[in-house]
Amino acid sequence: MEETIQNKPVKPQAEAAAAPAKPAVVPEAVPAENLVVSTLVEPEKLHGEMLRLKNEEGMDFLELITGEDWGEEGLGCVYNLWSTTTGKRAYIKAVAKDRENPFLPTVSDLWDIANIYEREVFDFYGIRFLGHPDMRRVFLREDWVGYPMRKDDKPEEQNDLRMNNFVYADKTTQYDCDADGQVHETEHIVFSPEDYVVNIGPQHPSTHGVLHFRVALEGERIKKIDPILGYIHRGIEKLNESYTYPQTLALTDRMDYLGAMQSRHALCMAIEKAAGIEVSERVQYVRTIMDELQRIDSHILFFSCLCQDMGATTAFLYGFRDRERVLDIFEETCGGRLILNYNMIGGLAHDIHPDFQKHVKAFIPYMRKNIKEYYDIFINNVIARNRLIGVGVLSKEDVISGGCTGPTGRASGWSNDVRKHAPYATYDKVEFSEVLRTEGDSYARLLNRMDEIEQSLHIIEQLVDNIPEGTYQTKTKPIIKLPEGTYYSAVEGSRGEFGVFVESKGDKSPYRMHYRSTGLPLVAIMDKACRDELIADMMAINGTLDYVVPDIDR
Amino acid sequence: MFDLQNWTTALHEWMLGILPEWAAILIESVLVALIIITLYAVFAIVLIYLERKICAFFQCRLGPNRVGKWGLLQVFSDVFKMLQKEIIRMRKSDRFLHDLAPYLVVTASMLTFACLPWNKGGHIIDFNIGIFFMLAVSSIGVVGILLAGLGSNSKYPMIGAMRAGAQLISYEISIGLTMLTMVALTGTMQISEIVQQQYDNGWNIIRGHIPALIAFIVYLIAGNAECNRGPFDLPEGESELTAGYHTEYSGMHFGYYYLAEYLNLFIAAGIASTIFLGGWAPLHIAGLDGFNGVMDLIPGFVWFVGKTFFVVLLLMWERWTFPRLRIDHILSLEWKYLMPISLFNLLLMALVVVLGLGININ
Amino acid sequence: MKPKRPKIKSIPYEEFKDNETFEKLVEELNQNGVNVIVRKLDDLLDWGRSNSLWPLTFATSCCGIEFMAVCAARYDIARFGFEVTRNSPRQADVILVNGTITHKMAPVLRRLYDQMADPKYVVAIGGCAIAGGPFTKSYHVVQGVDKIIPVDVYVPGCPPRPESFLYGMMQLQRKVKAENFFGTTNRKEKSPLSLKEIRKQEDEIVKNQEQA
Repeated sequence: MEETIQNKPVKPQAEAAAAPAKPAVVPEAVPAENLVVSTLVEPEKLHGEMLRLKNEEGMDFLELITGEDWGEEGLGCVYNLWSTTTGKRAYIKAVAKDRENPFLPTVSDLWDIANIYEREVFDFYGIRFLGHPDMRRVFLREDWVGYPMRKDDKPEEQNDLRMNNFVYADKTTQYDCDADGQVHETEHIVFSPEDYVVNIGPQHPSTHGVLHFRVALEGERIKKIDPILGYIHRGIEKLNESYTYPQTLALTDRMDYLGAMQSRHALCMAIEKAAGIEVSERVQYVRTIMDELQRIDSHILFFSCLCQDMGATTAFLYGFRDRERVLDIFEETCGGRLILNYNMIGGLAHDIHPDFQKHVKAFIPYMRKNIKEYYDIFINNVIARNRLIGVGVLSKEDVISGGCTGPTGRASGWSNDVRKHAPYATYDKVEFSEVLRTEGDSYARLLNRMDEIEQSLHIIEQLVDNIPEGTYQTKTKPIIKLPEGTYYSAVEGSRGEFGVFVESKGDKSPYRMHYRSTGLPLVAIMDKACRDELIADMMAINGTLDYVVPDIDR
Repeated sequence: MFDLQNWTTALHEWMLGILPEWAAILIESVLVALIIITLYAVFAIVLIYLERKICAFFQCRLGPNRVGKWGLLQVFSDVFKMLQKEIIRMRKSDRFLHDLAPYLVVTASMLTFACLPWNKGGHIIDFNIGIFFMLAVSSIGVVGILLAGLGSNSKYPMIGAMRAGAQLISYEISIGLTMLTMVALTGTMQISEIVQQQYDNGWNIIRGHIPALIAFIVYLIAGNAECNRGPFDLPEGESELTAGYHTEYSGMHFGYYYLAEYLNLFIAAGIASTIFLGGWAPLHIAGLDGFNGVMDLIPGFVWFVGKTFFVVLLLMWERWTFPRLRIDHILSLEWKYLMPISLFNLLLMALVVVLGLGININ
Repeated sequence: MKPKRPKIKSIPYEEFKDNETFEKLVEELNQNGVNVIVRKLDDLLDWGRSNSLWPLTFATSCCGIEFMAVCAARYDIARFGFEVTRNSPRQADVILVNGTITHKMAPVLRRLYDQMADPKYVVAIGGCAIAGGPFTKSYHVVQGVDKIIPVDVYVPGCPPRPESFLYGMMQLQRKVKAENFFGTTNRKEKSPLSLKEIRKQEDEIVKNQEQA
């Protein structure tokens, strides 16, 4: 992963255009280990190159598409690719020079996940993807003026608060380019007038926040799902561009609030590695323990919410009862229950509480005992089994193509644990197993998370007694500046790979900061997972996919 | 045994002495109506309080404890609130059907409520096809739910109503069959007669032993489904259909559904205690005359209410433990399992009766 | 007759913060004097209302998880009789705005508020709902829900601790207990947007749709 990145300085465009990622060429200065070196590909050749990478080099996982505005150079995207077979990474860059009418070819026919990523880029940068079947805005209102992430766009001035309820269009446009370079528009129908379309959300108890699904039903059977996102799009990535690096930390906790520790860990790690800040061993240990506690917290909440969605209210409260214990540990050390603000660049906000180890050690047997109750009251219940087994099956190809990392992907047999494949912090020092199942149904996803709680307890058990002495905060410069370049760091979040993509121009604030949302792929795959299932199954499926909406919308 | 009949007869005769017959009957009817409405309200309040406390107990919580001692006044404040809540009229709904629906539901449950045998001589509606009447009026409720879905002109209520229609009509078959099983045992459809028999010959569940026990279990499942309560609360299906068929109801119209839900629970339990657990008939053990004598001292309505609340407790336990079923599982449970079992059970009961295998304690 | 001080179980009147605002509100409500009989009736109704505030399950972000924690075993909002969370706005009494409201969500929130039956109350939970919180500079965040709907109680925090939720609900109870139902007005908070205007806009959209 990070270690295997080809360390090579950014080459002039013309030279890099044709060639794919090549093995490392030794640069003058030692670059940061998470430096991204991307290969520039001409827009015309992009699709062919991507196809080649996918088929010949096994780059079957499209990790991220980051839209960017390079000013004079034009608008464009950086594609992060990852091979599930060899573990190699490739970064491809494509630039659309025309700022007025930027076009890039789509890769949504190669990877399912590209569909929603490209819509996101369109939404923020206005790049239209040729051949993409569904070029609609995904986060912002359809009548939004301008493309807010462009550097020259003034979203506040063009868009005042509109209070009319928006009626969603049933049609969508596809742009195609013919041989003469003429762009044609084709209309596609999202929902025809005959469809019985039910709006699930934005205020709905089972969408876990403000998510909106337009669901076409045939009786109780689902014909099609069209997710509408952005009800909690807070413009975090745009805000980050005006913040200094330490300031950007404040917002990660508020995205995936059930993975607060992990997301912040990823951001700190990205900045530390890029700026060459060493963190002490003690910090690494504490961060690992905190990440795992957070994972337990998140998985308990997952269990609770799934039970609530499926009508087992009592099990919901059992989960919350145990979750309070984790929160107590957090509160003691961090002061917060949900928003923890604990990781800092170069270390931690403060040292662990003197009773931290004692309470963590008391928690481990408590949780082991109580997890059995979960099995008794819900997981082994015949009704729950009937409703979950064989429901919402995703094959391994589906999850890889759809980019569903985390327990969801692992339930379909895709080994994608960042902790195993690219160990960070102290994960290389502890013994634990990656939980894999092959069924790919909702029940496997549930069991996977339950097993991960046990694995997390096991990891904590190994670390909690051995936290080395040392400083909890490395001294950093008062103003942190990253050397010019692009950096990517990823951690294993509670629900998948959480990545931070930072582009720096050497300033005290990032030029572009993009997060790999763990939930966006999970929402994007809802349509595939729910097709031809019953409406009640939809609740079970989105319960077991387990996404957090503010993390999707950012 | 305390017999209410003596009192009512005395009252009736006294009234006849001072009033013409039509006036006496009119006043009596009004009195009975008042009593039944009061009882209905009181039991609803008791049940709602009980449910909130019991569910808190299952969920390691405390439940209401702020309003009044132990939160006893909680439900009263809810009622006050509900009474002054606005009733929303929607522009595009079918006003007549939309407003009619909650009354149908409440009427159905009140009519069924009136069939319960409270005490010896304490029946309000009692005639020779009592069970039949009870089944008939209780199914009016479905109409109310379907109309709620139709009249709201909204998609969630519509799906909820469709589910309710499919579910309630299916489970009525099981309820009908289990009742028929017990009618086969007792040989009468008159509710007072059924209870009287159990007073004389022992509770039906003992008298009919195996088939009666099977019928009891089937009834408990089907009865819970008939009340739309978890794990069969699909028509409401909170996490799927927000509030199901009553999504668009506010204020007291919603209050009627809320009341009817709890009362239907009580009624389902009441019917179970009437036809299986002896209604107001006290517990008698053959041979222990002293014990039986003591049991007879406890008034019949205490027995009846006690047994009913026991069954209510069972149903609540079920509600707060299981996750919700899915619509196809609900229907297959009924049509593939409960109905064949009930049919077979009816046959078994017929054999028991014909061969005289029932246990008779006297 | 002077209006009675509302009593909240286990917290004395003096220990509540911001009694001044509350007293001012009571004074305003009772400018024309208090009728003894009417006040008694009002007290009864207010007692019912204040003890049976059923919240709408509405959460947009982090505060929603804390709201779930408030409903759960340790903090148990059921003690106050608020546990009957309704998913349908028609049946809810109070909308707890848990979390950030964005431009896309604003009309939805407004619609939810309009769908609720009177008497209805709004509690703005957390920094985002009060004034945009950490996202106040964002292009897509509404700077406080009081720009869209009238707010009764503000509960600061990011997210507020469960205890603050309960305290906020108690403050709301006090406010409800001071309300008049008979006689004078019973709604004090002015709506920042006129419903008529929104309706007009929407009617136009519906009309356009029907034409198309």
